[in-house]
Amino acid sequence: MAGVGGGNDFQWCFSQVKGAIDEDVAEADIISTVEFNYTGDLLATGDKGGRVVIFQREQESKNRPLSRGEYNVYSTFQSHEPEFDYLKSLEIEEKINKIRWLPQQNAAHFLLSTNDKTIKLWKISERDKRAEGYNLKDEDGRLRDPFRITSLRVPVLMPMDLMVEASPRRIFANAHTYHINSISVNSDHETYLSADDLRINLWHLEITDRSFNIVDIKPANMEELTEVITAAECHPHQCNVFVYSSSKGTIRLCDMRAGALCDRHSKFFEEPEDPSSRSFFSEIISSISDVKFSHSGRYMMTRDYLSVKVWDLNMENRPVETYQVHEYLRSKLCSLYENDCIFDKFECCWNGSDSAIMTGSYNNFFRMFDRNTRRDITLEASRENSKPRAILKPRKVCTGGKRKKDEISVDSLDFNKKILHTAWHPKENVIAVAATNNLYIFQDKIN
Amino acid sequence: MAGADGDDSLYPIAVLIDELRNEDVQLRLNSIKKLSTIALALGVERTRTELLPFLTDTIYDEDEVLLALAEQLGNFTMLVGGPEYVHCLLPPLESLATVEETVVRDKAVESLRKISQEHSPVDLEVHFEPLVKRLASGDWFTSRTSACGLFSVCYPRVSSTVKAEIRQHFRTLCSDDTPMVRRAAASKLGEFAKVLELEYVKSDIISLFTALASDEQDSVRLLAVEACVSIATLLPQEDLEALVMPTLRQAAEDKSWRVRYMVADKFSELQTAVGPEITKNDLVPAFQNLLKDCEAEVRAAAANKVKEFCENLPEDGRETIIMTHLLPCVKELVTDTNQHVKSALASVIMGLSTILGKDNTVEHLLPLFLAQLKDECPEVRLNIISNLDCVNEVIGIRQLSQSLLPAIVELAEDAKWRVRLAIIEYMPLLAGQLGVEFFDEKLNSLCMAWLVDHVYAIREAATTNLKKLVEKFGPEWAQNTIVPKVLGMAHDPNYLHRMTTLFCVNSLSEVCGQDITTKHMLPVVLKMAVDQVANVRFNVAKCLQKIGPVLDSNSLQTEVKPVLEKLATDQDMDVKYFALEAISVLVLA
Repeated sequence: MAGVGGGNDFQWCFSQVKGAIDEDVAEADIISTVEFNYTGDLLATGDKGGRVVIFQREQESKNRPLSRGEYNVYSTFQSHEPEFDYLKSLEIEEKINKIRWLPQQNAAHFLLSTNDKTIKLWKISERDKRAEGYNLKDEDGRLRDPFRITSLRVPVLMPMDLMVEASPRRIFANAHTYHINSISVNSDHETYLSADDLRINLWHLEITDRSFNIVDIKPANMEELTEVITAAECHPHQCNVFVYSSSKGTIRLCDMRAGALCDRHSKFFEEPEDPSSRSFFSEIISSISDVKFSHSGRYMMTRDYLSVKVWDLNMENRPVETYQVHEYLRSKLCSLYENDCIFDKFECCWNGSDSAIMTGSYNNFFRMFDRNTRRDITLEASRENSKPRAILKPRKVCTGGKRKKDEISVDSLDFNKKILHTAWHPKENVIAVAATNNLYIFQDKIN
Repeated sequence: MAGADGDDSLYPIAVLIDELRNEDVQLRLNSIKKLSTIALALGVERTRTELLPFLTDTIYDEDEVLLALAEQLGNFTMLVGGPEYVHCLLPPLESLATVEETVVRDKAVESLRKISQEHSPVDLEVHFEPLVKRLASGDWFTSRTSACGLFSVCYPRVSSTVKAEIRQHFRTLCSDDTPMVRRAAASKLGEFAKVLELEYVKSDIISLFTALASDEQDSVRLLAVEACVSIATLLPQEDLEALVMPTLRQAAEDKSWRVRYMVADKFSELQTAVGPEITKNDLVPAFQNLLKDCEAEVRAAAANKVKEFCENLPEDGRETIIMTHLLPCVKELVTDTNQHVKSALASVIMGLSTILGKDNTVEHLLPLFLAQLKDECPEVRLNIISNLDCVNEVIGIRQLSQSLLPAIVELAEDAKWRVRLAIIEYMPLLAGQLGVEFFDEKLNSLCMAWLVDHVYAIREAATTNLKKLVEKFGPEWAQNTIVPKVLGMAHDPNYLHRMTTLFCVNSLSEVCGQDITTKHMLPVVLKMAVDQVANVRFNVAKCLQKIGPVLDSNSLQTEVKPVLEKLATDQDMDVKYFALEAISVLVLA
């Protein structure tokens, strides 16, 4: 069985799983975002408890040629704390909504993390030297007689065990009335945008006390509100271009060169609705939960409830590719509406060469689509198959009456196990898949 | 320097050294700021061999500590043994030049630039220039951005082979992969051009300038505009047209409003740099376009430059250019849809009257002023009013007074207190321009009305305003017009208004002088000492303390003292406190 992931045929195999095995999952441990850095050597996760965990890829060792760089914990820190807005009587959750890495600028690493209201810039740096020698204390820390000082000692730096520190460098607060759903670093490396339900702000990375509102879709009368912003992203190369998606299933592309305010879009991507499939749920399931530019900057991908679409930036009237993620759920929308699953926000990601895409589903399944061969595959993130280098078996969901061997019936899918967040290594076939409180890392095995 | 059995003079230094590593940032910062004391105690030898190596690796610290360190090292030459050893300072500054915090990096570069001057030409080539090269070819863009600021200080002092290398490095950085570095290079382009030989300015700099000015990143292109000013200044007039103008024209019509904004913002500098001929032929139409730009931010920036641009036009033909080319655009801006544009224009438009003279002002500008005085946006009206003095010189203010008054009255009663506050601040200026008669007739009542405004900040500003008016019109005027009204408020049923009387007395006593204060104000203040509201009573005490120095000693002893003594036995704690304070300050005990 050939895998999906660009170029050569290969199969996906298990590499690592992080997080507790207990059946009982603490709410705070649920992973809420996953993100590789630009080189893929670091992998960050954020959780509902406001923590950020960074994994670092170990150097490949010569004596174990088969084991390719595993990811081990590099640094863990509490990024956000629960807060209370006394003016509005609102609790502000500590849940990390998004993490974005900054391009590396010196030996330290930087990332932005955000909860519903506040964005923070963190620096993760290493320290391997420690100063030794005091004038007023001896080696054991006992104080010396201040009148017995005969000479001055300058401290000397000695090597020590590597220590990784995370320090908050800047806090970008008080600019969002609604919940922040996206942050995205601009290709100019000095600005980034943050989007909430109704507005998008543009920040300078070095300035925390002001941001510029570039999009505001709040109607004068909130009763006339018909759509909200669901995601936003900067173009990977053109510093002036960004897109935002809406709950109506449309995407707007704006050009910041045209004006200081981008209330008027320059492109509007929308696929005309098929009247035959119209139902009560049409509007809900067409809401876009994630939008991502391809690395090349030529395409963008959007995820709605049942499908992933790839759009050519030069064609606004329909997507160039549409992939069904779990079409078999169309008949179950009513119960998915009742248990609120229909509002789940699935994210999606590209592989490094833009030839394949990945997104999540229910029952700890996740889907991959090869854009060249149009092949697709369903895989499962599960402890059962977690022997090192074990090959992942493709899964199949059956919709009809007869269930073949190895197939799972739609009715037995577990809707509490959902994969919302996934990330693909920017250069290699290594993927990170967040399944509730566990982070699975899979990689390719070349045949 | 230390004796065998200890030297207590070493103790403070020992503390400073230990505190370089204290957990408290404030103490570390304190130690770093006294680094010269430490170095002095250690002597030049130990400073070089021990202190500097330690500091070189201390780049883990907080930004403020690193910033202080970077600054200190710029003044350290004597402490390491003079110019001969100044290169010992390079390693710590080099590591500071690679930190991510821009302010620290900039300070390190500033210090490096400073100590570069203290290097001998040989040392510069042996030590300093290799450092610049290391930074320029560093892996991280923080180090490469720092390098950009160092080229211009070593270039003039090195041999021609090294010069060629430096030019090559600068070229490389101008086409760096990261926008950060290209921005740093673009922002130093003008400075670097200044130290280059003219032939290289023409051959190297121009091509770099052209490339940066058409960079894919808006943030790089807009910096090229700044470089344009310096480069244009360096080139002989006859080369400007071919070498600079194509790029400048392109920038003025850039697709990105931020680049056009930059052109508008730098317009006066550009105008001076390119000279009168090009200004007439090129910049005037460009300026017209900027004034009509589709982006409000650009129009506002251009509007801000209207006066300066007109002032700097060559005198022959200035009036024609303004009247035929610029004034029509300005007229349109008066009715712009964006209030920032209108208010930017309002802040400079009055300045045109001196340039155009009386007749043109009356005929063409006056209608614009009048329109702006009626603008719906208070900021526009305020900006016009705040610049009245320019017009006064040319045509006299009477021409405007008919429209001025309603505008002032409307602002004075604006619903937003900040607007009211702003107009109060212009009252003394207006009073000076309009004269005492006009003031008494039309504006005096406004000034008094502010005293009973429901916002404290306005009442406070109103008292200060009265003081300034008295400074202008004299105590006699005060006695006749404002003092009676102020003192009348002492009987107001609202205690806040009664307090306003006291606040006014506080600020007026000095300018009104002893006579008025003793005869008219003091009796009223003293009567208020029996007010039923404690806040009024303790303000009486504070007021007496304030006006005490103005009074003669007789009234202090016979009138003020008994009242304060009585207040000192008041039931209310605060009243007692302030009464006792006044007694002690006025030495009445």
